[in-house]
Amino acid sequence: MSTLLEISGLRVRYRSGRSEAEALRGIDLSLSASERVAVIGESGSGKSTLALAIAGLLPRDTLLEGDIRWPGLAHAPRNGKDIGFVFQDPGGTLDPVISVGRQVAEVAEVNLGFSRRRAMDLAAELFERVRLQGTLLHAYPHQLSGGQRQRVGIAAAIAAGPAVLVADEPTSALDTIVQAEIVSLIGRLVRESGMALLIVSHDIALAVAIADRIVVLKDGAVVEAGESAEIVARPRAAYTQKLLAACLTLDETADEGAL
Amino acid sequence: MKTLSRLLRSPEAVAGFALLAGMAAMALLAPLLFPADPLAIAGPPLTPPFETWQHVFGTDRLGRDVLAGLFHGARTSLAVGLAAAAAAIVAGSLIGTAAGFAGGLADEALMRVTDAFQTVPAFLLALAFVSVAGPSLTTVVAAIALGAWTGPARIARAEILSLRERDFVAGARVVGMHPVEIALREVLPNALPPVLALSSVIVAGAVLIEASLSFLGLGDPNRVTWGGMIAEGRTVLRSAPFLSIIPGIALVLTVLGVYLAGEGVVEASAARRSFA
Amino acid sequence: MKSPLLSATGLQKTFRRGENRFAALAGVDLEIAAGETLALVGPSGSGKSTLARVLMRLIEPDAGALRFAGENLLALTGSRLRAIRSRFQMVFQDPLAAFNPRATVERVLYDPLRIHRIAGRGERPQRIGALLERVGLADTLRGRRIHEISGGQRQRVAIARAIATGPELVVLDEAVSALDVSVRAEIMALLACLQREQNIAYLFISHDLALVRDTAHRVAVIDQGRIVETGEAKRLIAAPASAMGKALVAAAMKLPRRNGPEFLP
Repeated sequence: MSTLLEISGLRVRYRSGRSEAEALRGIDLSLSASERVAVIGESGSGKSTLALAIAGLLPRDTLLEGDIRWPGLAHAPRNGKDIGFVFQDPGGTLDPVISVGRQVAEVAEVNLGFSRRRAMDLAAELFERVRLQGTLLHAYPHQLSGGQRQRVGIAAAIAAGPAVLVADEPTSALDTIVQAEIVSLIGRLVRESGMALLIVSHDIALAVAIADRIVVLKDGAVVEAGESAEIVARPRAAYTQKLLAACLTLDETADEGAL
Repeated sequence: MKTLSRLLRSPEAVAGFALLAGMAAMALLAPLLFPADPLAIAGPPLTPPFETWQHVFGTDRLGRDVLAGLFHGARTSLAVGLAAAAAAIVAGSLIGTAAGFAGGLADEALMRVTDAFQTVPAFLLALAFVSVAGPSLTTVVAAIALGAWTGPARIARAEILSLRERDFVAGARVVGMHPVEIALREVLPNALPPVLALSSVIVAGAVLIEASLSFLGLGDPNRVTWGGMIAEGRTVLRSAPFLSIIPGIALVLTVLGVYLAGEGVVEASAARRSFA
Repeated sequence: MKSPLLSATGLQKTFRRGENRFAALAGVDLEIAAGETLALVGPSGSGKSTLARVLMRLIEPDAGALRFAGENLLALTGSRLRAIRSRFQMVFQDPLAAFNPRATVERVLYDPLRIHRIAGRGERPQRIGALLERVGLADTLRGRRIHEISGGQRQRVAIARAIATGPELVVLDEAVSALDVSVRAEIMALLACLQREQNIAYLFISHDLALVRDTAHRVAVIDQGRIVETGEAKRLIAAPASAMGKALVAAAMKLPRRNGPEFLP
């Protein structure tokens, strides 16, 4: 598989007034075309910063060192066109006064130069792919449930056929049932279209369900990285073991005693 | 501290505060620099400005010193402006808070009253009030506040309506806090910042209405006011335009200063909130 | 079961917005015994939070009865309602939203003591220190503002506030859902410890069955404003009977079986 993305020695520092906070302390990471990688960690681990850095979405006064190269692309990556980004809070990234179908269509208009009509046709097609009813094309964000909004967010992210889908905690705001649906949707879309996937999550079980490879982040540094199954079966870092121990799933042997 | 440093970085805010500081200094220093009654005759009438050191800005038709009038007028303008704005904001936020909390019929009633006040132009309201109650400093303050409380009331109500659905209010109820305490201690302080953001507009408006009332002869007759001075100069506008222009400039600078300073404060605190 | 601590029968609540009506609770029956943990699970929009708020007397139900320790809770108003509030408390999902943004930790914990006249005025600062210690927080946090401390610390403060009045029931409305997994485990352990020591009953609201399985005695599944299934936690999760129970079990996260060295504590 060809390497799509290569990150080496990435350091990110946030500035606020005179103080600085280091969010990433030297990250090395590569992503092959159509590979699925999950970055997991707890709050403050820098996982969202990594996703934002890859998509070039960090605030302007952020200090960035190291390299983010795209050997798999012939040109500098463009957001929307080459990188599709799925945000944690789909409600916050949709325009409240434009119908969701139009918002998805706009991505195609801007990035693919489609006409208004053709872009709208594409949006209808995408709605089908993310399993949203066609009638919802003309709905506004507030009329949709959280799960439906996230489906719209995903449709917009894949509208221009990006080489990589970056998803920052795409299911954290949703309940378990919807979460499971969205995870399987993302998995299916990525497989169908051969996109690479970089998914950021705090949930190791979710990571295992969707990714080939897992990168565990703590305090801005990689603690452990490897094949998903391998990490779950034989976690080497103490931190990964702690995460796995704290992760509650249904098919562990039940511990005795309630709360 | 951060808000202050941000404030000092914006040139508009610095200019605004400099203007206001100048006006405040004038108001405070008036009795020291011009201990004599500014309404008393001080020299020959209609001395043009910059002719004698004794009357730098000249004298009016009756021979009263314009500079002394300007200083003492600053006292009236600022006092009336601040008092009226304070009264309007306090009354408005209390009424808005009551309406927002009471809901239902009481809310409807209070809001219709607010509508009624808002449909009458503030200046006409003040004019009518002063002509009935008679011109004095307190009636002028009350008259201006009467037309200005509706803005704070509306904003306070809207803030309360959104704040009262927030979890921390539910939290206070769960703890068993008395509704009045919830309103005054938990909700109102959080509703105030947007209301206070209005204050510069209200102060500026109040200063202008006070000047207009004085111009029409409805100001406190025992005090020098800039509006009164402009009116006084009106009769000799062709021969001695400086009599109207000088207090007019003072008025413009004060209103400008209030606007710029207020704008600066709002911007700086908004920036702080977005960083938090 | 002996007479329950809290019993709800036929609770109904319909929200109206203009022409639209939404039946959030369509006749809920529920009992919580003293000292037990009852988990309430269901998807978003199933009525979990509405039910919590009705039980807390934050929302008035349209119909139904609510008894707490033998008292008709819906009949209480004003100062009598405020007084009985010391006996049932609530922890909200988002601790940042659940506190006055201007408040300090000390003020948050002082209020319940003051309102319910617990301990003398001079003794209260010491009480606050004891509460902070109970929930595993350093005394130095006392003067901090809520937005200055971490999410886990905030939720500990929320728990300290809830137990300040020595309640018999605490409703935990998605109280750990927003926390990191390791912090979540710590908070769950803290809650378990408090339950053992003070015999507090919990209504543990969650959408995550995996989280509930090891923490609750009984589970009630709620769907479209109705309790569709109730049962002993492990049994219900092993063999759910209702459609929603099955859907929740199917959606819960699963890890592949681990064969590696045992690292669980």
